[in-house]
Amino acid sequence: MNLEIAAFLVQDGMTVGAVYALLAVALVLVFTVTRIIFIPQGEFVSYGALTVVALNTGRTPNTIGLLVVLALLVWMREVWKLARTGFSWRVVNGILRDLAITAGVCAMGYIGASAQVPFAMKALISISIVVLIGTKVYRLVYEPLQSASILVLLIASVGVHLALTGIGLAMFGAEGSRTPPLVDLQANIGALTVTGQSVAIGVAALLAMLALSFFFGRTLEGKALKATAENRLGARLVGIRTVRAGRLALGVAAAIGSASGILLAPLSTIYYDTGFLIGLKGFIAAVIGGMVSYPVAAIGALMIGILESFITFETSSLKDVIVFTLILPVLLYRSLSFRDASQEQSN
Amino acid sequence: MSGPILDVRSLSVSYGKIEAIHALSLEVRPGTIVTVIGPNGAGKSTTLNAVSGLLPSRGTIQFLGRDVSNSEVEDRVEAGLILVPERRELFTGMTVSDNLRLGAYRFRRESHTEMASRLEAVYSTFPRLEERSSQLAGTLSGGERQMLAIGRALMSRPSLLMLDEPSLGLAPLVTREIFRIIAALRRTGVAVLLIEQNARAALEIADYGYVIERGAVVMADKAASLSENPKLIETYLGLPAVH
Repeated sequence: MNLEIAAFLVQDGMTVGAVYALLAVALVLVFTVTRIIFIPQGEFVSYGALTVVALNTGRTPNTIGLLVVLALLVWMREVWKLARTGFSWRVVNGILRDLAITAGVCAMGYIGASAQVPFAMKALISISIVVLIGTKVYRLVYEPLQSASILVLLIASVGVHLALTGIGLAMFGAEGSRTPPLVDLQANIGALTVTGQSVAIGVAALLAMLALSFFFGRTLEGKALKATAENRLGARLVGIRTVRAGRLALGVAAAIGSASGILLAPLSTIYYDTGFLIGLKGFIAAVIGGMVSYPVAAIGALMIGILESFITFETSSLKDVIVFTLILPVLLYRSLSFRDASQEQSN
Repeated sequence: MSGPILDVRSLSVSYGKIEAIHALSLEVRPGTIVTVIGPNGAGKSTTLNAVSGLLPSRGTIQFLGRDVSNSEVEDRVEAGLILVPERRELFTGMTVSDNLRLGAYRFRRESHTEMASRLEAVYSTFPRLEERSSQLAGTLSGGERQMLAIGRALMSRPSLLMLDEPSLGLAPLVTREIFRIIAALRRTGVAVLLIEQNARAALEIADYGYVIERGAVVMADKAASLSENPKLIETYLGLPAVH
């Protein structure tokens, strides 16, 4: 291997690593706010990418159908709750607002399939659809489990992952797809060819991180989310609805996941289940960050990306084995410096 | 408003099969301080937790004339019913000023100037908090934490402030300061429901008092009359007040 190849591998690894970093950040976000180890994060990647593929080829994406079904289930439950606890304007308002947003996004999904709509708009529509799917899944599956243990939430996550993968196969079929590059540019720096797509991914990742750090550091809503992560009881006592915080966290995670998918789709073929492996690597990075540290998780993700790229060059068949083996020393270190997460929750 | 701000009727709370509170009734009138005293395990904290909505209960809880018995904690907070629990429940990894700002979460749609004037008001009540504003809440002393917990509650302009053992674990001098501030709240129109081990100190600042034992009210009278009640003096007021 010469320097030229090494530089190429580093560039490649950093591009993929940036996507892992985005997913790792999303996983840390969801875990800290809701205590859910969100295995289905990767499904958002496939859903986002394949929804945009559908829009790009002039088809109405099947994800709209899924969204409508999930929305109906959520509303049915809300109405049932109303019947049980008595009328409340707040709940009715919530249902009406939700109805309007869902209807709006579905309509956009239909319009988005037309050829005149620019790609950026299609990407935004796909992200909106996946975000709504994500929040609906949270409301249906996780909200009733709010006071459950981390283990129960994890088991639910595995169930949601399997369900979403199966639904993904039914919606998108077994064939993979790609999209044309978002940025069709190339630049040569010395012997190294930098593609516009990898720059776009890097910039998007950086922007997402900056936006998140602004959100958590400067806005009251962001601080409320941080407060919920730190002390749920304290948060409730100042009037922060932990359920709403959970929905917001899931929404942001779904946005990050689907955007990653859209960024990745021009680089590699995306299948209905591609997201799982990508999400799993994001998960390893999140574990490196102890499921709580955003910067450590992001750096871990970049390292995983670069390592993976070098391993693929040397021995591609063992790529995933080696990357997943990486988690062992991290877990060993973590278990040696063990602090019981469930204990922390009760404090 | 002439009626009570908080009107609790026949409140019962059970932990499994054990009934911790049985048919308890109490009321708090606007701008008054009401204290609930009683031995350890009498159900004082349980009462506050039920009124705040943290614990499921039976019976009716009317707040500002509205039945809130079935509302969530967050809805009661929105209405201005604020609890400062015994453990304070601060956001220890966040700064003092962020903790205070989050206290005003129910006014999150208001302008920055409104928020600033709220902060200003709390800082003038607790100058210590202003000095520590950029410090993490976890690094504060016990007294400062209690001040922050009360300050955070005041940020939400409560109609009724419920304090659970505010003097717990605090040095006598700090306790005195906290009680002085609680007594001063009356002038700002905030009603207070206070639970306190230090019964004498509590009765000194309170207008009205309830004595509860084994989950039921056994005595209720004006605070001044309670402090002179021989039975009460023997049971709870034997120790001199902290002053």
